[in-house]
Amino acid sequence: MTGYLFLAILLFSLTAFYVGRSAGNGFVTANGRNVHSRPIYHGAFAAIWVGVPTLILVLLWLLLEDSVIEQLLVASLPASLTDGASPAQISLIVSEIRNVASGRIFSEPSPEIVAAAERYASWGMIARWAMVVVALCAMALALFLARTRMAPQFRARQAFERTLTIMMVFSATAAILVTLGIVVSLTYESLLFFSMVPPTEFFFGLNWEPQIAIRDDQVAGTGAFGAVPVFTGTLLIASIALLVAVPLGLMSAIYLAEFADARVRGVIKPILEILAGVPTVVYGFFAVLTVAPAVRDAGSLFGIAISPNSALAAGAVMGIMILPFISSLSDDAIQAVPRAMRDGSLAMGATKGETITRVLLPAALPGIVGGILLAASRAIGETMIVVMAAGLTANLTANPLEGVTTVTVQIVTLLIGDTSFDNPKTLSAFALGLVLFVVTLCLNVLALRIVQKYRERYE
Amino acid sequence: MDQMTNTRFDAVTAAPHNHSTHAKVVGQDVNVFYGDKQALFDINLSIGERQVTALIGPSGCGKSTFLRCLNRMNDTIDICRVTGKIELDGGDIYDPSLDVVELRARVGMVFQKPNPFPKSIFENVAYGPRIHGLASGKAELEEIVERSLRKASLWEEVKDRLAESGTGLSGGQQQRLCIARAIAVSPEVILMDEPCSALDPIATAKIEELINELRENYTIIIVTHSMQQAARVSQRTAFFHLGVLVEEGPTDEIFTTPKDQRTMDYVTGRFG
Amino acid sequence: MAVSTAQTTPPRQTSDRAAQLRRRRYAADRRLKFFGLAAIVTAIALLGILLGSLILTGYQAFVQTHVTIEVAIDPELVDRDNPASGNYRAVVADAVQRLFPEADDPAVLQEGSRIVTNGAQVILRNMVVGNPGLVGTTFSLQVPVSDPYDQLTKGVIQRDSPENRRRLNDAQISLYETLEERGLIETRANWALLFNADSRFPELAGLSGAIVGSFYALLVCFLISFPMGIAAAIYLEEFAPKNRWTDIVEVNINNLAAVPSIVFGLLGLAVFIQLFGLPRSAPLVGGMVLSLMTLPTIIIVTRAALKAVPPSIREAALGVGASKHEVILHHVLPLAIPGILTGTIIGLAQALGETAPLLLIGMNAFLTSPPGGIMEPATALPTQIFIWADSPERGFVARTSAAILVLLGFLITMNAIAIYLRARLERRW
Repeated sequence: MTGYLFLAILLFSLTAFYVGRSAGNGFVTANGRNVHSRPIYHGAFAAIWVGVPTLILVLLWLLLEDSVIEQLLVASLPASLTDGASPAQISLIVSEIRNVASGRIFSEPSPEIVAAAERYASWGMIARWAMVVVALCAMALALFLARTRMAPQFRARQAFERTLTIMMVFSATAAILVTLGIVVSLTYESLLFFSMVPPTEFFFGLNWEPQIAIRDDQVAGTGAFGAVPVFTGTLLIASIALLVAVPLGLMSAIYLAEFADARVRGVIKPILEILAGVPTVVYGFFAVLTVAPAVRDAGSLFGIAISPNSALAAGAVMGIMILPFISSLSDDAIQAVPRAMRDGSLAMGATKGETITRVLLPAALPGIVGGILLAASRAIGETMIVVMAAGLTANLTANPLEGVTTVTVQIVTLLIGDTSFDNPKTLSAFALGLVLFVVTLCLNVLALRIVQKYRERYE
Repeated sequence: MDQMTNTRFDAVTAAPHNHSTHAKVVGQDVNVFYGDKQALFDINLSIGERQVTALIGPSGCGKSTFLRCLNRMNDTIDICRVTGKIELDGGDIYDPSLDVVELRARVGMVFQKPNPFPKSIFENVAYGPRIHGLASGKAELEEIVERSLRKASLWEEVKDRLAESGTGLSGGQQQRLCIARAIAVSPEVILMDEPCSALDPIATAKIEELINELRENYTIIIVTHSMQQAARVSQRTAFFHLGVLVEEGPTDEIFTTPKDQRTMDYVTGRFG
Repeated sequence: MAVSTAQTTPPRQTSDRAAQLRRRRYAADRRLKFFGLAAIVTAIALLGILLGSLILTGYQAFVQTHVTIEVAIDPELVDRDNPASGNYRAVVADAVQRLFPEADDPAVLQEGSRIVTNGAQVILRNMVVGNPGLVGTTFSLQVPVSDPYDQLTKGVIQRDSPENRRRLNDAQISLYETLEERGLIETRANWALLFNADSRFPELAGLSGAIVGSFYALLVCFLISFPMGIAAAIYLEEFAPKNRWTDIVEVNINNLAAVPSIVFGLLGLAVFIQLFGLPRSAPLVGGMVLSLMTLPTIIIVTRAALKAVPPSIREAALGVGASKHEVILHHVLPLAIPGILTGTIIGLAQALGETAPLLLIGMNAFLTSPPGGIMEPATALPTQIFIWADSPERGFVARTSAAILVLLGFLITMNAIAIYLRARLERRW
C-alpha cells in the first residue's frame, strides 16, 4: 500500500504541475507580456508544494508509526502482564504479540496476548489508512492553496526557487545531522554503559571479557570491561600496517613522482588505484586464505610457533590495503612542491636523488605526514581485515606473532546477531565505537588541517 | 684586464678571439625544439669571460631557452631537444660522457622568481657546498656561507637570523639569497633569468649593483626584459627575435648604432 | 699559462677526491631509484598474489561436478494433485538404488546416497511442483554431487594421499569411480553460483540472494544520496555565503568522508533500527547506512565538477537575464553532469564493497531465498562473502573466492562505465 501511496504522490505532483502550468498559460493569453513568471514556473511551484511536504509527512509517519503503536500497545497491556516486568521481558512480550498478529503462532498464546495482537493488528491497519487519508488531504489542500496564490503578478519563479534553496540548505545540513546523529547516539549508549560499568574500569582495566552470564548465579556473572588490551591490540596491528605501508608507499611515490616517465606513471598509477579499490572483505579473505598460512609456514621453518590469527598477518594485509593511500597522498604532496624548488636544486648541480631527499621531501613533509595520519586513522578504523584475520580474545601483548583483538573486531562480535540494548555487553560496543570515532576524528582533523596548511603555503 | 688578475683558476688566459676577452661559452649552430616546434634557429654566440652579457628581446624570442641550454636545465623538460654544439672552456657540454651535475656546479643559475628552499637561510646557502662536498668541516662550511652571503651583499641583513626560514625574507632579499646560494659552489658562470622581474625598483637597484661587483670573479649571462637594465649592467648585449640571434655586440653599440633594422626598432621602442 | 685546449678539464674535474665523491653521489641516486622501483614492484607483486590466489582457488567454483541419475516419480510417493507434499526422500533413495543396481548391501547404498547432493529432494520437488505432469514418469536428471566428491573430481582431495588424511576413504572413492567409469559423472558450468540463493550445502549455494540484496541496497543508497548530494553541493558551491557556518559544514563533510565505516553501522543500529524501529537485515536500512557514506563522496565530486565549469558560462547566462537558479539548472548543472555521474558511480562502487556497517545491521543472515523487497531480510554480496568465508565446509573456500571474483567483476564494470563516461562526456575547458 505504501508503494501505491508514493505513486499517488508522484501522480498528484504531476497533476499539480499541469494545473499550475495551464493556469500560467491562461494568464499569458489574458494579459500578454504583463505576467511575472513563465507558465512552467507556476507548474513547478504547484508540483513542488504538493509533492515535497506530503512526501516528508509520509516518510516521517512511516518512521514513527511503529514506535508510537508499540508505546500504545505497552500502555494498553493488562497489569497482570506488565507488573514487575523488566524492559527485556516487555520487549519479549511485544515481539510475541507481533508474531501472533502476523500469524506466526508457535505455542498456545494466552488470551491477553491474543487480544493485544488483535489490537495491534487493527491499530496498524488504522494507522495505514489514516496515513493515506492524511496524505491525500494534504495534497489536495496544498494544490488548492497553491492555485489560489497564482495570479498574473504572482512571483512563481521566486517562490519556486526559494523552495529549491530551502531543499538545498536542508541537504547541506543533512551532513551535519549525520555527524550529530553519530555523536548523540554513540554518547547516549555510552553513557548508559558507563552507568553500569565505571569509566575507570573501561579505560584502565587490563581484563576484557565482555560475556555476560546466561544464568544470574553464574560465576563472573558480569564480565570484565577493561578495554586496555583491546586498545593495545588495535595499536599493534595499526603499527604493523604502517610499518609495511609507509616505506613501500613513500618509496613508490618517490619513484612515480621523480623517476618514472609519463608512460610508466600512466601504467603504474591505475594499478595502485586498483589496490585501493579492492573491498576490505576481499583483503580479509586474502589474509585468511594466503597470508596467515604463509606466515605460519615461514614461522615453522624457523621453529617459531605463530598463532593462526597473528597480529603480523592481519597487520601486513592491512598495510597492503593502506599502501596505495599513502603512495597517492605522498605523490600529490611531492608533485605539489613548486617546480621552481626542483629547478633551483637541479641548477645547483644536485642529482635527482639529492633533490628529492634534501629539497622535495622536506618541503613535502607536512603533506606526507598528513597522508600518513589519514592512513593511520584508516588502519585504526578498518574492520573486515581484522574481523576475519585477527583474534577474538583480548590479549595484552606487544608480540606480533600472537593473536590480538581490536576495537572494531570487538564491536562486530559484540553486536552481531540479535541484540538488546539493555546489557553492558551490547552497550560496551558503543563505548568502543565512541572511542574509535573520537580518535579517528582527531587524527582526521589534524591531518586535514596539516594538508590544507601545506597546500596554502604553495598556492 | 680582469682576467689577468685571476688566481683562482690558473688555466685561464686570453685566447685569440674576435672579442677582447677569452670566450668562456661558445654556442655553435644551436637549435632547440619543443616537440615539433622549433624554438631556436642556428644560434652562434660567444660569451666572454668575466663580463656581463645581456640577452634581450621581446617575450617568446628564445632568450630564456638559450640561457637554459647553457647549464642543460632543458634536460628536465621531457619534450625538449637540443642540436648543435655548446662549449664551456672548449669542452662540449652536450657530450654524452659529460656529467651534468658537474656542469651545473660550474654554471650556476638564478631564476626569474626567487626560489629559496623552504629551509633556513644558512641551509639554503650550505646546500650546494654540502652536496658537492666542498667543505671538510663545519667551520669551513660556515666560512663558505658567510663569504657567499657577503658576496651577495646579504650578510649584514641576515647574520643574526641565519636559522630563520629563507622564505620569510623579502623578495629582493630572497633573490640575493638565491644568488648567494649559487655563488656558494664557486661556479665559473652564473646564468640569471630575468632576476629582477619580480622585484621592486629599490631591490632591483641592489641586485644590479651586486651584478656589477660579481663581474670581477664570474662570467654572468643575464636575460632581461628591460633595456635600461641591459644598458646599466652589461658589457655586451645579444638581441634575439623569433628564435633567431639578430645581433650581438658591445652594449653601447647595440643601443646607439645597431646594424640591424629590427634591433633598431626594438631598442627605440617600436615593438617589444 | 696553459693554452686554451687544456681548459677543457678545469681543475675541479681532475681532482680524484671530487670524482670519487661524485661516484658516491651517483651511487646514492641509483640506490634511491632502485628502492623506489623495488617498492613499486613489491606493490604490484602483492596485487598479483592477491588476484592470483583468488583466481587459483576460485575458478573451480565456476564449474560443478554433476551426476546423472534416473528418477521415477512414483505416484505412490507423490500425489499428482498435491505434488508439494510428496515423499521425495524416497524418490531420491529409489534413484540411488537405480544408480547402483547390483549393490544390495544397505551400507553401500548409504554411501552411494551421500554422493548425490543433499538438496536433490528439493530440486526434484521444485521440478515436479512446476510440472505435475512428471508424476508417474521416469526421466534422467543431472544433479550436483555433494561437496567432498566435487572436491575429489576437481583434485582438491587427492586420491593418492594417505587414506587417514583425506575426507573420503578408499571404499567411498572406489564406489565413486564406478560411476565415473560408467560415464555418469560430468563437470559443467555452475550457473547455480549466480542463480541459486544461499544454502548450507556448498554444491547448491549461490549468490542470487546477495546480488538482489546488494541491488536493492544500492538502489536505496542512490535514491537518497544522489539528489541530496547534488543539492548540497550546489548550495555549498554556488549559493552558500562564506561564513563560519558554511566553514563548519565543509570541514564536517570532509571529516565525514574519513569516518570509519563501522561507525556508520553503529549509527544505523542505534538510530534506524533501535530508535525508528525499522526491520533488521533489510536492504532499506542497509541502503540508508550506505547512503550516509556515499553522501560526502557525491558532495565532494559534484563540487569539483561544478567548480570546473568556467565562470564565463555563468556570466554569459546571467548577462542575458537568467536568474541564478536558471543559470545553474540550465547551464552549469548540465555541463557538470558527466563529472557528477562519474563520481556517483565510483561512490556506489565503494558502497557495493562495504561490509562492516552491513554486518552490524544484520545483513549477514542465512537466507535461502532472495529478498522480495526492500523491507525483507537480505544479504549483500560482501556480507555473503563474509558468511561463506566463515563456513567450515571445504567447498566454500572456492565459492568464497568465486564470489569475490563476481564482486570484483561488478566493481570493474562500474568503474569501467565511470571511466568511459569520463572519457566520452567530460569536456576540458
